[in-house]
Amino acid sequence: MDMPISADDCGLDPGELVQDDRVHTALYTSEELFDEEMDRIFKNTWVWVAHASEVPTKNTFKKSWVGKQPVIVTRDKEDNVHVLLNRCRHRAASVCEQKQGRTSVFVCPYHGWSYNIDGKLRSVPHAKVYGEDFDKDEFPLISLRTEEYNGMIFATFRDDIEPLVDFLGPAKKWIDLFMKQGAGYPVKALGEHQFRFAGNWKIQLENTTDAYHFPIVHKTFLDSLDADTSNVFDVLGQGGWVEDLGNGHSLMVMIPDLVDLEENLDAPIPERFADLAKALREEGYDEDKVRRIVRAVGGTGFNLNLFPNVACSMAFFRVLRPVSVAETEIRHIAIGMDGGPEAANRVRLRLHEHFQGPMGFGTPDDAEGWERVQRGSASGEDLWIMVNRGKDTLDGHPAGPDVTDVSAETGMRAAYGMWKRMMTA
Amino acid sequence: MSTLTDTRPGNDTAAIGLFEAAEFIWREGEILDRQDYADWLPLWTDDGLYVIPIERGDGDHADALNIAYDDAEMRKARVKRLKSGFSISSAPSARTVRSASRFVLGGQQDGATVVRCAQTIVEYKFERTRTLAADVVFHLVRRDDGIAIARKEILFLNSDDFVWGIGYLP
Repeated sequence: MDMPISADDCGLDPGELVQDDRVHTALYTSEELFDEEMDRIFKNTWVWVAHASEVPTKNTFKKSWVGKQPVIVTRDKEDNVHVLLNRCRHRAASVCEQKQGRTSVFVCPYHGWSYNIDGKLRSVPHAKVYGEDFDKDEFPLISLRTEEYNGMIFATFRDDIEPLVDFLGPAKKWIDLFMKQGAGYPVKALGEHQFRFAGNWKIQLENTTDAYHFPIVHKTFLDSLDADTSNVFDVLGQGGWVEDLGNGHSLMVMIPDLVDLEENLDAPIPERFADLAKALREEGYDEDKVRRIVRAVGGTGFNLNLFPNVACSMAFFRVLRPVSVAETEIRHIAIGMDGGPEAANRVRLRLHEHFQGPMGFGTPDDAEGWERVQRGSASGEDLWIMVNRGKDTLDGHPAGPDVTDVSAETGMRAAYGMWKRMMTA
Repeated sequence: MSTLTDTRPGNDTAAIGLFEAAEFIWREGEILDRQDYADWLPLWTDDGLYVIPIERGDGDHADALNIAYDDAEMRKARVKRLKSGFSISSAPSARTVRSASRFVLGGQQDGATVVRCAQTIVEYKFERTRTLAADVVFHLVRRDDGIAIARKEILFLNSDDFVWGIGYLP
């Protein structure tokens, strides 16, 4: 059926608003649904908060969010990672307003309550007025359940949901492949671009699994590349695929040759990395290492979209944060080789800047496209968003029987299937 | 104490005076607001760097992630992109009106005159007006055909917080 339907007519019932091949416009525009999402989704599943390298050593921290709630990701002096609500247990003041850094204590600026980096309440000024039965153990910073897979740190408000590894399931293999871009070094966050767009968070979630837009929206990026590299980024023409990995996660392979960065090390070094290869040889790296670094330096050929808020996207982490029903903040975290050659990390930074961020050759056009979706959603409020592209699986594809075309909207259908499951649970 | 009058060029052929620098920066600002980017590219030295850092602090930012870190080739590619008509964030881009003020001479460095100033860009597109304030540091050199930019570093007031897609040249 293709009948327009008023969201009010179905009582904003999430079960009705998401169908197999379409989702209702209300998913982008309804404040009521947004509030429900923050509760039913972001407080009920694993939400990505940081990469391990962002809290690299004991007594380091980084601010982050779980849904709309500000948290602090910390590494204590025993090397345990904590995710703490950024709120004093006394009268709610935030205890940390520095983005990232090193400390062993958070002191509330209002009345001076101080907390250890693991969240434990350390001391309270003039405590005796509280009486002798005041127990500091009752007032630690609220600590969320925290688990880590291959450097990816997730937190959840729920103590009774499945372990992170089960939630990730088949996505784990792709996280492992993604981390091969460390070229034998640990993957390290090198910095992040942070920007907002006036649109719903799910518009961005869709985009990471949308190869269809790439040659259109990113024509000027493609035009800025040399001919060889432009061929590498012919994302629709290389036999790539999209597959549903369960739990709302999906995989989109755009450049099959760059799935496993430890393969094809004998291939000729691309012209655009010839200078880097030369610099590495001059620094004394052996030919095997040079080839491994050079092959990894441009990132992988796939996007792994993890529901609800992070993607391992080719060469970076893409993190979304819902701000309001029509505003979303995005972080594009550049990654490199921890302890790897400076010259190679510098190339990675310049490549990241080329496409990503507020003035990249790609991101501003993405953001403009997403804002146009939100603006367009103001008309035809009873219409549907179509995600029906490429429903048929591909016959005889080397990746297996369950994959669909690289430009299929399979990843969006996977995410909305999970959305529906969580919103109707 | 310097005044606008006594710092005009004269005795020193290399150093650039305050008023001369301001006049050049205003002219550059007008070119950028008009989006006459083809006129902007020749204002640069061949090895000039156009840098919009994220991290606050000194240094050349080569080993940090930046919003922009453009050599001559990237500036040319960027201008081509912005004027191509195929970039949806730039066709049309936001309209801009910018002001530069609070000019201070920062001495000579590597044969260039360092000029620090404040820049405020007000941009407008699709019913929305926003402000991008920044501290800007120019390294200006004198050439036969006038002043050229050896380095322009724009530190947004909110460089380490969120910004948004910018479809023009700050």
